[in-house]
Amino acid sequence: MAYGLLIDYEFCTGCQSCEVACKEEHGIPVGQWGIRLLDDGPWKCSDGKYNWNKIPVPTRLCDLCEDRTSKGKQPFCVHHCLAGVMQYGTVEELAKELELKPNQVLFVPQPYHYG
Amino acid sequence: MATRPKIDSGIEAFNNDLDKPWQFEEDGYTVTRGCAWSAPGCHPVGCGIKFYVNEDGILEKVEGDENQPITQGRLCVRCLTLPDMTYHPDRVIYPMKRAFEDRGKNKWERITWDEAYEIIETNIKDIKEKYGPESIVVFGGTGREGGPMCGPYGQAMLGTPNSCYTQSGYACYIPRVAAATFVTGATYPEMDYAGGLPGRYDDPMYKIPEVMMTWGKEPLPSNGDGFFGHSVIDCMKRGSKLISVDPRTNWLATRAVYHLPLRPGTDAALGMAMLNIIISEGLYDEEFVSLYCYGFEQLAERVATMPPERAAEICGIDVEDIYGATRMYANAQNAAILWGLAIDQKANGAQAGHCILALEALTGNLDVPGGQLLGDVTDSLADLGFGWSSLGPELQNKIIGLKEYPAYVAIVLNSHADLTLEAMETGEPYEIHAGFIASTNLLAGTCAAQPKRWHDAMQKLDFVFAADCWITPTIQCCADVILPLATFAERESGVAVHYGASPNMTGSVVNAVQVGETKGDLEIQYEIGRRIMPDNYAKFPTLYDFMEEFRFGNNIDYNELKEEVTRQRKVTYKKYELGLLRPDRKRGFNTPTGRVELYSTMFAQFGEDPLPYYEEPQRSPISTPELMEEYPFVLTTGSRVYAYFHSEGKQIPLLRELNPDPWIEINPKDAEKLGIIDGEWVNVENEFGRCELKAKITPVVRQGLANAQHGFWFPEEDAEEPHLYGVWRCNINNLMPHKFVGKLGFGAPFKCIICKIEKLNK
Repeated sequence: MAYGLLIDYEFCTGCQSCEVACKEEHGIPVGQWGIRLLDDGPWKCSDGKYNWNKIPVPTRLCDLCEDRTSKGKQPFCVHHCLAGVMQYGTVEELAKELELKPNQVLFVPQPYHYG
Repeated sequence: MATRPKIDSGIEAFNNDLDKPWQFEEDGYTVTRGCAWSAPGCHPVGCGIKFYVNEDGILEKVEGDENQPITQGRLCVRCLTLPDMTYHPDRVIYPMKRAFEDRGKNKWERITWDEAYEIIETNIKDIKEKYGPESIVVFGGTGREGGPMCGPYGQAMLGTPNSCYTQSGYACYIPRVAAATFVTGATYPEMDYAGGLPGRYDDPMYKIPEVMMTWGKEPLPSNGDGFFGHSVIDCMKRGSKLISVDPRTNWLATRAVYHLPLRPGTDAALGMAMLNIIISEGLYDEEFVSLYCYGFEQLAERVATMPPERAAEICGIDVEDIYGATRMYANAQNAAILWGLAIDQKANGAQAGHCILALEALTGNLDVPGGQLLGDVTDSLADLGFGWSSLGPELQNKIIGLKEYPAYVAIVLNSHADLTLEAMETGEPYEIHAGFIASTNLLAGTCAAQPKRWHDAMQKLDFVFAADCWITPTIQCCADVILPLATFAERESGVAVHYGASPNMTGSVVNAVQVGETKGDLEIQYEIGRRIMPDNYAKFPTLYDFMEEFRFGNNIDYNELKEEVTRQRKVTYKKYELGLLRPDRKRGFNTPTGRVELYSTMFAQFGEDPLPYYEEPQRSPISTPELMEEYPFVLTTGSRVYAYFHSEGKQIPLLRELNPDPWIEINPKDAEKLGIIDGEWVNVENEFGRCELKAKITPVVRQGLANAQHGFWFPEEDAEEPHLYGVWRCNINNLMPHKFVGKLGFGAPFKCIICKIEKLNK
């Protein structure tokens, strides 16, 4: 069964609690990340309104907090997200959520390495 | 009993700690639940936190406590990094002293608490005898538990009337509190986000605000005044629409139906225009106005002088947006205004606040579900004013600023900040000889304007002691003794959300770990107070007796609270109908007329205009056009970031990574004109001073506007004088003028001054 993170970027405020929670939980030092906030904006559209989306993106270090999730707990980033815009679950259940609300993105991270 | 409210992260579906006791064992850890109140981190939000302490008594990690009804497990980066701060090698965890002649040098020597107390007692008693108790000043800060303790630290513990929050014009919170007290008879009315209701947003008593208007407030990173900022997001997800009144296009503004990017400092003009529209279009709540407001006709006449078209010109915004936003706010079934620090940071701020209160009143949004929640007449921290009466009339009358600014001094029982500096410099009305730096780093661009003047004045004091977690530049400059301050994982106390000013929640602060020999503010006050002013503490045989009266007004038993961890407070709406806002229990409001005073008899009594009016900032394109060629930017400062609580947190690597250097936001077109590229260090300067900041080029600010970060110092740099951790180099408060305050002494232009910006190496 595949698991993922569903992130609602309409309401992600860019608080970076996910980044820091992850670093604290996994002992990831300065300069490295298990999840990282990407920031697109603000830039003005032709209608005069601004586009500004903040999207946390899991990195190749993200194991979806295997230690925690194997005990039935939420990943540490999901637990602390100030805007409550992160959900953890099976791809199947998250895909359903994805259908219910636009402006979300589903990540299915898994640590990878070549060679 | 209502069912548990839904938590947005859906934690109910996971293995969680809901309904766990205040302390439990898990995987070799003792887990203790408590609530946060800085140091470190924030205002009294009381975020729920679980401390994981290992067998060696070390705090290994923290996790948000999902049982806390408001924060529900969520934590910001400042709490998440608590273990890093707790055991940071630079942290002060033992009392220390330094010889007077070594001030400014990093020559500290560890001593015992007893020795520290002896030194403090001897010096303070000596100075009191020689120069009088009024020659001592307590320098207070914001937000921490020691913040509101500034008054009692002076009045009760040391016996001086001069407790001083050092920000020019007390340009933080108190101007709003003053306006609210004068106009409504209650303290600052926070937006109602169901913090006290068991079912929270789903509680049958509650109604989500149809409209939220943020006004000079960025609640997400700031959690201003103890408001959990992300409640705004909770409400937006549940359907609230947003209006943003802010010079900057901050992230929230991009989610707003209307964004009014007004020129900094023009808030009162906009407020008057909105009132004008509401009155002329008949959008007000006639019943509330006729039953509960005073001075409607006079207000109507006054705001008629501010047609929206004129305000649009003053504020530099589209008049159609003023009409649209006003109608949207006034026509909503219920609406809340989140009015912030920007209101305090201008000389004309009391009038802007007056307008906002009038908007809330006219639209019938005072004390209704999802509107502005008022405090019961008995609400607020029990400690305010503790010790004041023990001073006696002679000392009370010596408080600095009583003659010049009685409204300021009386409402907060603080000596006037700007006049306190002048007293230290000139010896008028009398000399100042000793100081206590209580949880403030006032020199580091946090609150004091003209910080170098404060530095020079503080250096001259005969004796200074301090309580903090770190050796700050302020302490390094002039302290003789440091008392090591406990974090919220190391002390026993309580935290009342919003300083207890509205019915939400009280939480326990617990000592999950002992680190070195740190103590909390309550313990420090109690122990020093018993030595220096024993009569004020004689009725408290133990620290707990003191805590229960001082912190909880004898309404809460600490040990019960510790087991409950959080206790929500009873919420009653429309308290003005029930006689709950007045000590005499009559209907109405706690003002001289018993009504919301749109025409304020209290403002009039203090010699201020009883009606709102607009006045240009002292420096602006309109008031000083002759200066604009040299200083073409309007400068706003002090916007908040997630990484830091003002000057706190610079030593923590995971926080510093988020914000390594202090920045100034500049519009891309302005940057291009000046040949400045993103990330370049620039010179920022005006007639009052200069500093260096890193250019952050962004359309968040419009052309001609700049926004500078505050509160930066560099703990990794040379600690000693004259460098003092680089505290002057990037200090935006170098550019803030002394005593540019309003008529009643409130407000200063931290958010509406002018400057030039240029390449550093031209």
